[in-house]
Amino acid sequence: MYDVIIIGGGPAGLASAKACLDKGLEKVLIVERDKELGGILNQCIHNGFGLHLFKEELTGPEFAGKFIDLLKDTKLEVMLDTMVLSIEDDHTVHVVNTVNGYQCLKAKSIILAMGCRERTRGAIAIPGTRAAGVFTAGTAQRYMNIDGYMVGKRVVILGSGDIGLIMARRMTLEGAKVLACVELNPYSGGLARNIKQCLEDFNIPLYLSHTITDIRGETRVEGVTVSAVDDHFQPIPGSEMYFDCDTVLLSVGLIPENELSKAADIKLDPRTKGPVVYENMETSQKGIFACGNVVHVHDLADNVALEAKKAGESAADYVNGLSNESETIMEVKTLPGVTYTVPQHIHFPLVKKSTDIFFRVNKIFGNSVILVTDEEGQIISQFKRQYVVPGSMEKIIVPKVMLDKAKGSITVSVKEVE
Amino acid sequence: MYDVIIIGAGIVGSSVAYYLSRYDLKVVLLEKDNDVSNGTTKANSAIIHAGYDPEEGTLMAKHNVRGSRLAKQLCEKLDVPYKQCGAMVLGFDEEDEKTVRMLYQRGLNNGVEGLEILNKEQILEKEPQISSEVRIALLAKTSAIVSPWEYALALAETAVRNGVELKLNNEVKAIKKTDETFLVTTDKGIYEGKYIINCAGLYADRIQEMAGEKEFEIRPSRGQYYLLDKAEGKRCTHTIFQCPSKVGKGVLVSPTVHGNLIVGPNAEESENDDTSTTMGGLAFVKAASRKSVPNVDFRENIRNFAGVRARSDRSDFILEESRSVKNLFNIAGIKSPGLSAAPSLALEAVEWLKGKGVVLTEKEHFIDERKRVRFKELSGEEKQELIRKEPAYGRVICRCETITEGEILDALKRPIPPVSIDGVKRRCNAGMGRCQGGFCSERVADILMRELHLNGLNILQDKEGSNVLLDYSKGGNSNV
Repeated sequence: MYDVIIIGGGPAGLASAKACLDKGLEKVLIVERDKELGGILNQCIHNGFGLHLFKEELTGPEFAGKFIDLLKDTKLEVMLDTMVLSIEDDHTVHVVNTVNGYQCLKAKSIILAMGCRERTRGAIAIPGTRAAGVFTAGTAQRYMNIDGYMVGKRVVILGSGDIGLIMARRMTLEGAKVLACVELNPYSGGLARNIKQCLEDFNIPLYLSHTITDIRGETRVEGVTVSAVDDHFQPIPGSEMYFDCDTVLLSVGLIPENELSKAADIKLDPRTKGPVVYENMETSQKGIFACGNVVHVHDLADNVALEAKKAGESAADYVNGLSNESETIMEVKTLPGVTYTVPQHIHFPLVKKSTDIFFRVNKIFGNSVILVTDEEGQIISQFKRQYVVPGSMEKIIVPKVMLDKAKGSITVSVKEVE
Repeated sequence: MYDVIIIGAGIVGSSVAYYLSRYDLKVVLLEKDNDVSNGTTKANSAIIHAGYDPEEGTLMAKHNVRGSRLAKQLCEKLDVPYKQCGAMVLGFDEEDEKTVRMLYQRGLNNGVEGLEILNKEQILEKEPQISSEVRIALLAKTSAIVSPWEYALALAETAVRNGVELKLNNEVKAIKKTDETFLVTTDKGIYEGKYIINCAGLYADRIQEMAGEKEFEIRPSRGQYYLLDKAEGKRCTHTIFQCPSKVGKGVLVSPTVHGNLIVGPNAEESENDDTSTTMGGLAFVKAASRKSVPNVDFRENIRNFAGVRARSDRSDFILEESRSVKNLFNIAGIKSPGLSAAPSLALEAVEWLKGKGVVLTEKEHFIDERKRVRFKELSGEEKQELIRKEPAYGRVICRCETITEGEILDALKRPIPPVSIDGVKRRCNAGMGRCQGGFCSERVADILMRELHLNGLNILQDKEGSNVLLDYSKGGNSNV
């Protein structure tokens, strides 16, 4: 019997494992699908990791390495090259690998840290031929950084998510010509620093409010048509531009990987596509916690690790009988402009000093104020921001003393101010 | 010298090869692509139709009804995913009502079993997601769904196991008739044979013309589809048709044998090889499907594709000896219900050969079975046992579909091994799921490199020329 089984050995899994061990748990197991720990960090060979957590600029593998080093002389158990097939009743985890075959492992608590997957061509139904040469940015990144191959020479990138931007720079440095980065929205979905460092510094044009409307090429991509879109995202006839390219990279969003959670009847939030969680990262199933991109897509691995720390500590508390059960559940709601919050619920009376609320917005707000109001419209808390943008995750810390004043549920909204 | 040369390894050519492989004959199956079932066969609605749709007395009617019965037996014998889920043809107005009753009667005349007329309450009880505008429906209980590429592959594989020679990457360039034989020249070699069965699908008219005179013309008709995630796979449990019109059976909504939902097709004139989708075509399919099943969540789409039907200038199937060339048998213009009719059409070719005086002696050791491991369908104990014997079954490669390395290695050992990432997909389902190979294609490529001793730059997505990787990164080839 394990104290905690952690599903996934990426940044969320590693950081939550460390938290569990720091809290004194003895039997902690990470189950990892790949042949080594680190998850997607291993293919992220660019820098920018660890600025918040370690106060230094690390690459993805170095960031993972920091955690792996911290876990080296602990009692942590790791199963590599092992796939979790299902989570069954009583926290039983069914796994399979080549060494031990099919096994059912029991645990007092489970932490979901499976990360996310990339949205594909199908998800956005790009018309055209089915030629080879259309990749999600992450797949291309793996071919390049792990296997040492170039997926193409002349590239158009659809979507301005961070992986797409990073790959624009990476492919350019490897000698490919990145012809354009095309974004459906009137704003970029990536971090401002990546727009600057990955596109502008290399003179790669960014076409906002544009999309790919056709892919040509019989067996391998030979070109794409890019069109401007109107306010309803419909292509504007006559605005077509043709790019002669052999490769299309897609960076059109990430989706939390929750097939296991769904099969285990864990309640999901249709907005995040991740589990609905409480402030301690517990899911709708008692003793099952979640953290990282499986809950909601983060902007930075540092933030994943911080969230994972919370999940690990909560799982340890649960195993140690310090349950966070409460009769009074406070719901966290949103107004238009704010797409979701994490957590979605708060075990209200049990909050210690304060609670963090993470959220994202779906448009650019200039000088603005984030408002937390209660059911009667009373302002509980407010936070000033110079700007709030879709590409960055926003975080507010609501003090317990403020929550105490709230009547019923609370609502998060963003308002521009003069 | 071959007794029979079959041209084209789609569902029709594979069926002919399968039936001929029972006999002591020297048979070669020529295919221009690098895999079997890689044309029209792999891109269609994947339905084995009951047979109420084709007009009485047509070849389509006769072979649809017989072919669908054969399909059921063949799929069971050769371990092909097949499910008799039944179909409904919905009627929304008075005109439709007449059509539905006409189809019912036609079905009876064609000898279709298991037909029923349903009223609105009965329809909605069986299929609550259908539009409440519905008034009447024809229920065809024998209609089925199938994995079309695995169906053709299983037939071709069994044929090869029983001695048929399969020549992939052999595009027929010329056919010369001598007194008694044919010389078929491909881009790879020359094949001499006594009889030719033309199963060349979209290219059947060209094959006929290479051998003799022009007798018919293929008029390709493209159909576009949405394939949705398993989250939508239970939207309906029957194949849901609208009333047929002049252009075809209309847009259907159906579960697939793999648990997804398929929506399509439209019908539009096209070029032979143009399997591209268009914004207009997809928009039409989406809008048309709403009439029968209004709440399909298209945000769950995982793939769009188009297939090209091998329609001809004749209204019925072409199933006859060439009028201008003796000993050449055409199975052409095989539009819908071609997938359903295929085995029956193949038997017709066998009968023709018999009529020609070809002696059909049954083989003493004909292998008429096929099995493959589907890891995720096994019980816990079976999984454990399998991994103990073959550890590679313990490594999951495709996480969306839970496909193991063992299954891929098994496919590589079979009579028709895959040569591309999509070839692996068609055999094992790896990459068919919601991430569409985002995670596993690189791992599948790795297995192909290792097992086939390929350089990464030679890894194909699908057909020849569909190379996935175009170069090494700087210093990337140092570890090769």
